[in-house]
Amino acid sequence: MALLLLAACSTTPSPDSTPQAMSMPASIGSIAPREQTADEQVAHVLSRLTFGARPGDVARIRAMGVDAFIAQQLHPERISDARLDAWLSQFETLDLSFNELQKLYPRPADALQRLNPANRNSLSPKDSAELRKTAEGFRKVTTEVMAARIGRALLTERQLDEVMTDFWLNHFSVFSGKAVPMRYTLAEYENETIRPRALGKFRDLLGAVAKSPAMLFYLDNWQSAADSGRPRTQQPRLANQRNRGLNENYGRELLELHTLGVDGGYSQQDVINVARALTGWTFLPQAPTPQQIQQLAGGAGAGRAGRLNGRAQQRAGQALAARIPEPGVFYFNPAVHDAGEKTVLGTTLRAGRGIEDGEQVLDIVARHPATARHIAFKLARRFVSDEPPEDLVERAAEVFTRTDGDIREVLRSIITSPEFFSSKSFRAKLKTPFEVVVSALRALDAAPDPSQRTAQFVTQLGQPIYGRQTPDGWPDVAGEWMGAGAILNRINFGLAVGANRLPGARATAFPGAEPLRTASRDAQVDGVIAVFLGGRVSPETREILLTGRNPLQSGNATDGEREIPPLQGLAQLVGLAIGSPEFQRR
Amino acid sequence: MSSRRTFIRSGALALVTMGLSPSFLRRAVYGLELPKAAKGKVLICLFQRGAADALNVLVPHGDAEYYRLRPNIGIARPARAAGSAGAIDLDGFFGLHPALSPLKPLWDRGMLAPIHAVGSPSATRSHFDAQDYMESGTPDNKGTRDGWLNRYLATCGTCEAGAATTPRGQVEGDATKATPFRAVSMTAQTPRILQGPAPAVAMTSIDAFTVRSAGGVSDRLEALYRTGSADLVHATGAETFDAVKRLREANPQRYAPANGAEYPRSEFGQRLKQIAQLVKSDVGMEIAFADVGGWDTHINQGAATGQLANRLTDFGASIAALVTDLGDKMDDVVILTMSEFGRMARQNGNGGTDHGHAGSMFVIGGNVQGNRVHGRWPGLAREQLYEGRDLALTTDFRTVFHEVATSHLGARDARALFPGFEATSSLGVLR
Repeated sequence: MALLLLAACSTTPSPDSTPQAMSMPASIGSIAPREQTADEQVAHVLSRLTFGARPGDVARIRAMGVDAFIAQQLHPERISDARLDAWLSQFETLDLSFNELQKLYPRPADALQRLNPANRNSLSPKDSAELRKTAEGFRKVTTEVMAARIGRALLTERQLDEVMTDFWLNHFSVFSGKAVPMRYTLAEYENETIRPRALGKFRDLLGAVAKSPAMLFYLDNWQSAADSGRPRTQQPRLANQRNRGLNENYGRELLELHTLGVDGGYSQQDVINVARALTGWTFLPQAPTPQQIQQLAGGAGAGRAGRLNGRAQQRAGQALAARIPEPGVFYFNPAVHDAGEKTVLGTTLRAGRGIEDGEQVLDIVARHPATARHIAFKLARRFVSDEPPEDLVERAAEVFTRTDGDIREVLRSIITSPEFFSSKSFRAKLKTPFEVVVSALRALDAAPDPSQRTAQFVTQLGQPIYGRQTPDGWPDVAGEWMGAGAILNRINFGLAVGANRLPGARATAFPGAEPLRTASRDAQVDGVIAVFLGGRVSPETREILLTGRNPLQSGNATDGEREIPPLQGLAQLVGLAIGSPEFQRR
Repeated sequence: MSSRRTFIRSGALALVTMGLSPSFLRRAVYGLELPKAAKGKVLICLFQRGAADALNVLVPHGDAEYYRLRPNIGIARPARAAGSAGAIDLDGFFGLHPALSPLKPLWDRGMLAPIHAVGSPSATRSHFDAQDYMESGTPDNKGTRDGWLNRYLATCGTCEAGAATTPRGQVEGDATKATPFRAVSMTAQTPRILQGPAPAVAMTSIDAFTVRSAGGVSDRLEALYRTGSADLVHATGAETFDAVKRLREANPQRYAPANGAEYPRSEFGQRLKQIAQLVKSDVGMEIAFADVGGWDTHINQGAATGQLANRLTDFGASIAALVTDLGDKMDDVVILTMSEFGRMARQNGNGGTDHGHAGSMFVIGGNVQGNRVHGRWPGLAREQLYEGRDLALTTDFRTVFHEVATSHLGARDARALFPGFEATSSLGVLR
């Protein structure tokens, strides 16, 4: 029984494909055997390497060839993206630094305190208006990041680069709701830390993330300090620098989630020592107060500085203020760095060092064999199937090790593999909510939406952008995304699209829709299947779209007898297609 | 876990497609026609997000230090005359904030068990971290991926007897208990406390849990998900349409609360009303969750009236209406309120309070050890305060959660609920 069940569990029938034995040598490259038909390969690369096919994409890739398309997408720097760049130029906040954002778009509570220091019960109309403006500006910081994220996925010609950006933003997940400073870090994190390195070297990406205010803040490393009694690289002057202790949060997730993986063979002592090595990797979420600056300048306890007279102290304070790091910029603080000797994964880091402790730890973990496997597995899961074939993961991990973590090459080995082009992997993945929304926008050739409304659809579907609380990122297996509520949301999203409620998208204005509007119902159904469902569905699905009748339930008295009202038009058919089970897959 | 879920669902549909009586099997597998959790126990968790000011919710009017620390925002001692601005006395030492007067009758009937100086042993004063710990049930451990209520669902409890009624040899394990409404969160997103491998449904209202289209469109959608494909999407879709129908049957167009209960028109009040509806509807709900914000009162929190009083008016009236509405059902229901931490014992310079440490909880039900304030009072003198500023902790919140999960819901594997926590003593809030 169990065997029968398991056999019946395998999904996605692909009637056209020729079954081939998979015992052929696993040679890498375009000469490897591919189970998928030529048409399936086109649909497959569009569904996996992009956020969904736009009208015309199938013909374009058929013409240029699947392999040429892969080769092109692996080099985003050679692809022009003028339309996207033009669209992005309307945003005000995306290029601003943390410090600028914090100054220009403060949180409303701070503005309120400034406008109403005496806590009066009412504000003047002028102050109220200013407060409203502050609140709007504050919202804009996150709104623009989210709108741009969707707009990019919709518009960019560098689709694979964007898919990989999405992958790494999820691998190195951060949560915008952690606290106010978090939201000022997001634009920089996405656009300067992650995206430029999405196809680069893993060590480089890991290092950039480790120094990003986003990750430093999200996983608390910015306030991690040597435990009291430990030797430090430099003596601390601020009381709060002396009293804080070690925070293991980032150290733990660095090993468990970002590199080695949960079964990567590290110990609790490794976690502690990684965290110790990274003490002092920090940034200022706020400019220091004048008192703190003074303390830094003159408050070194019994030392010489403690005896400075007032003016000297002021001068020292000014000199120091000039040296104080800009808020929102990484710096190494030797005063909180644990300078004791530590052993990490078998390597001894000698005592008395500073920032190089952390750099060496990143070297060690980035080049660890467990990391190669962990990253290879996650990439294979993203691009091939929820439970990717072991052989494939092993080969990709070998490429990772051989190329010193060259992400482009690891990816190439996966997306040109026979496993990638196997019948089993065809339509085997479930779209995430983000992918559902963006693939609908792309199929409809929608205009990008600069407001927060489209992002709200993604939220309603259960995947708020930068809204994953826990550091493990959103799940990448179908089972985690399926539930009664989730299906309902996806169905209702399709219906919302059919009712023209998705900003920038008209359900009946996709290229090729014009002649369909007046065509026969048969032609409409086939047209919608071509645009939204990858050109092919089961005969039952087609029959249901056409007549509403489920041929499998024709013998069923209750459903069979009842009259199914006809659809009112093409828009409803589009809504149905987007709400259908087939549209949920890629 | 997730792959097991996948297997269970796909496996079930595989049986269907193999020609074995579909309706019978679907029933058996999804438990849709099963009675709800065997003992019919329900836990309703209400989260006050933002750190409610426990010292002004459950007022220690018998502690003189309280008035020294809070000269302007303190709640006055109970006055003999009714309708005064003072605390509502409970036991001569503690009193309720006057805005919580709707809860006083529950106290009088022995249905309200307040707990003081309870909370997380973690020193964090971050809302995010503290909520995370309270919901994961693992203070100071950020590595926990699932919420403790989900761990309860996954390891099960009271529904053992229900599982035994299904035919043996078909599908074993959790699937038999999987009424889709076993855990319902009246929120837009599944909250952290319910996240994890066991299914939980989040909805902002019962009405919203439906296909937003009628006639030919809805029929076609249902048919599309019932084409018999043995994959997860189709299986879950079929389950979803069953669930929608079931909820529609259980949800009369015009729901009239019983016993003259009047819910506030607030979002929180309306969500509690729908929780009552679900409790009465026999959809098999065992866990309900709702949250309410607005407790982060750094500035101008007021005293007997004002900001905090307004929040408490809604909070108290909503809960009182829920209890009234559920009537005798309250014998099988426990309402548990929580907030991530308390607030500083001393008022701040803005007529408000900053982030503190221990807080308070209410446990409400027909079977609680009511009419008694639980927990040990640590005192408010300077040397008694946590870090010299906050109410100290004398009861770990896991002690309370553990007692509710075991005594009320009948959880058996309680150690899996709170890894690393040994429940050495019980507070005795439940009878």
